[in-house]
Amino acid sequence: MRFLLRRAMHTLLILVGASLVSFSLVNLAPGDFFDQMKVNPRISQGTLASLRSQYGLDRPLPVRYLQWVRSVINGQWGFSFAYNSPAGPILWSRSGKTLLLTGVATLLAWSLALPLGGWAGARPGSSIDWLTRGTVAVLLATPELVLALLLLLFAVRTGYFPAGGLTSSEYVPSGLWDQTKDITRHVFLPSICLAAGLLPLLLTHIRTAVSEAFESPYIEAARGHGIPFRRLLLRHVLPLAANPLISLFGLSLGMMISSSLLIEAVFSWPGLGQLMLEAIQQRDFYLVVDTAVLSTAFLIVGNLIADVLLYASDPRIRTE
Amino acid sequence: MTLGKVPWLAMSVLAICHLSVLLAGFFAPGSFEVQNRNLAFAPPTRIHFVDAQGRFHLRPFVYRWVLRPGSFAEYEENQQIGYPLHFFVPGAEYKVLGIFNSRQHLFGTGEETRIFLLGTDAYGRDLFSRLLYGGMISLFTGLLAATASALLGLVLGGLAGYYGHWVDEVTMRIAEIFLAMPWLYLLLAVRALLPLHVDPQATFFLLIGVLGVIGWARPARLVRGIVLTAKEREYVLAARSFGAPDLYLLRTHILPFASGAALNQMALYIPQYILAEVTLSFFGLGVSEPIPSWGNMLNDLQHYLIWGSYWWLFSPAIVLVAVLLAYYRLFSFFKVNSFTF
Repeated sequence: MRFLLRRAMHTLLILVGASLVSFSLVNLAPGDFFDQMKVNPRISQGTLASLRSQYGLDRPLPVRYLQWVRSVINGQWGFSFAYNSPAGPILWSRSGKTLLLTGVATLLAWSLALPLGGWAGARPGSSIDWLTRGTVAVLLATPELVLALLLLLFAVRTGYFPAGGLTSSEYVPSGLWDQTKDITRHVFLPSICLAAGLLPLLLTHIRTAVSEAFESPYIEAARGHGIPFRRLLLRHVLPLAANPLISLFGLSLGMMISSSLLIEAVFSWPGLGQLMLEAIQQRDFYLVVDTAVLSTAFLIVGNLIADVLLYASDPRIRTE
Repeated sequence: MTLGKVPWLAMSVLAICHLSVLLAGFFAPGSFEVQNRNLAFAPPTRIHFVDAQGRFHLRPFVYRWVLRPGSFAEYEENQQIGYPLHFFVPGAEYKVLGIFNSRQHLFGTGEETRIFLLGTDAYGRDLFSRLLYGGMISLFTGLLAATASALLGLVLGGLAGYYGHWVDEVTMRIAEIFLAMPWLYLLLAVRALLPLHVDPQATFFLLIGVLGVIGWARPARLVRGIVLTAKEREYVLAARSFGAPDLYLLRTHILPFASGAALNQMALYIPQYILAEVTLSFFGLGVSEPIPSWGNMLNDLQHYLIWGSYWWLFSPAIVLVAVLLAYYRLFSFFKVNSFTF
């Protein structure tokens, strides 16, 4: 319990730090949202100044930071000038979609990598091992951007899959089943792309972890006792290899959040990453800060989950 | 200790790529910004030895693409006039390494560019020339920014490790924050603090600066750890007891120790930063038109994907993959662990 509490405090501190960094970085930026209005001759300097003071943009940085923190606690997360509404609701709907995409992709990547990498580690030199290493080499050198463009091309040319978006434009809601089917079709290509970006890392680590576990003396002994291969792998090797894999899981969540920004932009997936891109283009100050902080929060929570899992699985950590 | 087979192929791919983009003006037959509005999406020019009459020519030549009447972006060869291909021909003027002017091109058809080795883009600009000029930005941003990151990490990590106490505390806490943020989001947040539209020359240095800054934390952490152990070594203590000043100690005895780790991290950053530049320019937050970069060329690809199969628009992607493959092959040869990031 003390362990968890300490971790949570640490998380909070890092989040505060990240928000301070991004708040002051974005604040250094020349110009704000209302600068674009200067071009319009019908809006006078006075109007602009009063708009700025209405939204509190003319106050000093520390004051604005504290105001922002208060609005985060209220669930408002500052104010989006471009959407002309509190940022909170926008953020929630957007991050839900990012989590959907990354969740599906994580599931996909791990369910592919675990059997493939595990088998390759258990039987080095086998054809599965060669397949694994080939996949790693190819995927490592193919940037996700290129892969995404190729998949987009595939979608456009064949028409089997929609080329981006979350739902079809001609979509009429007709029951939960149809809705699920539609979203599944849309989530398919982007999640494949995300999963493919993660696979080299996962495959390499799983393969190493399993093959190292196989070399440990007690596995040797178990094998000497005549325990069948399948049981050996599932009951004895995997638990031993679990620790590094759990840490890897936390790491993979973080990488996923980061690269989903790119995939979202290519597949016009209305997630957090796309929101940030829009916000930067429009100088929508609070949204930029919010998306940066929220993405950090997701990453840290991912690591926290991994820590908790480690805590549950490894008695050595509990006694520390 | 043997290092295994030397990856000559990977090394030569990298050498050729870097050399040819550095001397882009010489290797490119044309300019990167001259538009041929009547030649949008022209396919790669065919190089002939045998002309329409069936006669063989020792010197290769090209025909000009002309628009097929009544069509959009469908071309046929005008077989009336052939343009012989020469090596070392004078052509459009360019700057070598940004310093002196030259008109020499490796190959071409004279003053006007009529050879499009990789076809043209939506504005009828020569894609091969753009690929070379774009590579100058994409490849060297990666290289220079990685160097900047490693240097910054070496200095900050060295100071933190050497002076300890509050210097160490502050530096490492900030490093922790930088490491905690998803790096693409961090990249964009840092990019957001700079003006949206910068003139192309400044963009190059701006990108190097942005990338260099966001990557300092990882090498700094590594270096700090090494410095912590290095400063307790006996010869360092001895030098200190002889009254060596801090700066001298750091420079001659301690930092050389850590430079290996910093170099390792720098190598890992190069492909990552090349991709980062490509990504930023793809989003329109990096190098902007008409200056090419592999990123904004790929952005073209996204826009014109639906128009049909202009496969030559994929050439930046193919070169990018080749360069990355070569880098990773080199890493596995030099035992740089490519998964520490």
